Amino acid sequence: MSIIEVNQLYKRYGELVAVDDVSFAVERGEIFGIIGPNGAGKTTTVECILGLRQPDGGQVRVLGLDPQQDRNQLHWRVGAQLQASQLADKIKVWEALDLYSSFYPHPTDWEKLLEELGLAEKRNTPFEKLSGGQKQRLSIALALLGNPEILILDELTTGLDPQARRAIWRLIERVRAQGVTILLVTHFMDEAEYLCDRIALINAGRIVVLDTPQGIVAGVRASVQREELDLDDAFLTLTEPELMAVP
Amino acid sequence: MRELKKIMIVETKLFLREPGTWLVGVLLPTIVLVVLGLVLAPHTPDPALGGRFIDLFVPSLVVVTLATLGANALPARLVAYREKGVLRRLATTPVHPAMLLVVQLVINVAVAVVAVLLLMAVGNVLFDIPLPQQPLGFVAAFLAGMGSLFALGLLVAAVAPTSRASAALIAPIYLGAMFLGGVYIPRVFLPDFLVRIGVYAPPGVQAMLDAWMGVAPDPIQLAILVAITIVAGAAATVLFRWE
Repeated sequence: MSIIEVNQLYKRYGELVAVDDVSFAVERGEIFGIIGPNGAGKTTTVECILGLRQPDGGQVRVLGLDPQQDRNQLHWRVGAQLQASQLADKIKVWEALDLYSSFYPHPTDWEKLLEELGLAEKRNTPFEKLSGGQKQRLSIALALLGNPEILILDELTTGLDPQARRAIWRLIERVRAQGVTILLVTHFMDEAEYLCDRIALINAGRIVVLDTPQGIVAGVRASVQREELDLDDAFLTLTEPELMAVP
Repeated sequence: MRELKKIMIVETKLFLREPGTWLVGVLLPTIVLVVLGLVLAPHTPDPALGGRFIDLFVPSLVVVTLATLGANALPARLVAYREKGVLRRLATTPVHPAMLLVVQLVINVAVAVVAVLLLMAVGNVLFDIPLPQQPLGFVAAFLAGMGSLFALGLLVAAVAPTSRASAALIAPIYLGAMFLGGVYIPRVFLPDFLVRIGVYAPPGVQAMLDAWMGVAPDPIQLAILVAITIVAGAAATVLFRWE
């Protein structure tokens, strides 16, 4: 059984259909990417997986649980870093870690996590004084506190400089090496290509393609018969064909 | 329970790290009392007022505390937590974000009680201001008054989409409570109709004054405050926007 199963997921906000017939399965231990332009339905999909939103149709199973009904159990076993979720300005790094670890039955040692994430020197720094990269690393640390089996990361490196992004990528690889399944939402092709085993490309609420990064590029190359094409081009070809139509 | 205790400790620390709130909500009323007491020759009763000005003015200083905490600090903090995604982050953990709201409410209530006890103690020791002569009546008036203003603050926090909207919605409540509570212009100098409105408007300064002076607070006044507490509180619970 797959660790995350999304089957014909459908969600709308009023008239706007955010997610339309999305199906995919994530296997234990893989890094699965959801990519797509802004407003494609990526975050809504993730929120349904986390039980934060009730789907209007379809089924979601995470670790065999129903995210709506077994929300508590799910949140013990799944760690998440969501887009635009910050902390109180004045909370210190160690206080946040200490506080959030009290939420889980078997928390990991946050002191060790602090070292691993290179935040040891910042333990007494208030959240508002951290750099963007440090905030993101703290966010990931908070998501890892409960020793999760699944880690969900939404727009992980948006707004970070290249060094900070690379540091986060290395961190993700280390987490995966420990056997954690990772669901990564991003709109950066290079990030998806570097980290993900498989990618679901979502556009306007629908899955356009689901394959390995190499598979996606190869498929698009074959269909448009252009050898120099990379994942960025493939992505544009699939989502904005008119942009790529010129020879 | 462990997580509740931790949230309580951390939120209390965060509250203390925002000196603006507790300076105005806790210390300012007592400071004003001391300044008034030293300047206004408190030992001479004014027959026109029916007593010493300072005795009559203390309940207005309680209004400062209640308005600053309930109709300012509490909603501002809750809306900021929503706006910054603190509630959203909490929603991904086993802890329900409602716990954070409850803790904030408890902290602000506790701080309001501390502020009023401080005011009473200082007034009593320095200026012989008697403690409320109807203690139970005062507790009832204080709780009803605090409830009404805090519930209105929560209602604003529940519906305001942004900090800016919250500030705009709360301003008339805050200023109204302060003005009708006789903070800006002592009630003895306010026109009659404003005094009469102030009797019923949250946080019910008249009921507190009555109890302080040894008169049982008017049950109708208390009932109105309790009704506001229940209606606004229930509406806040139902309408609360989590994002």
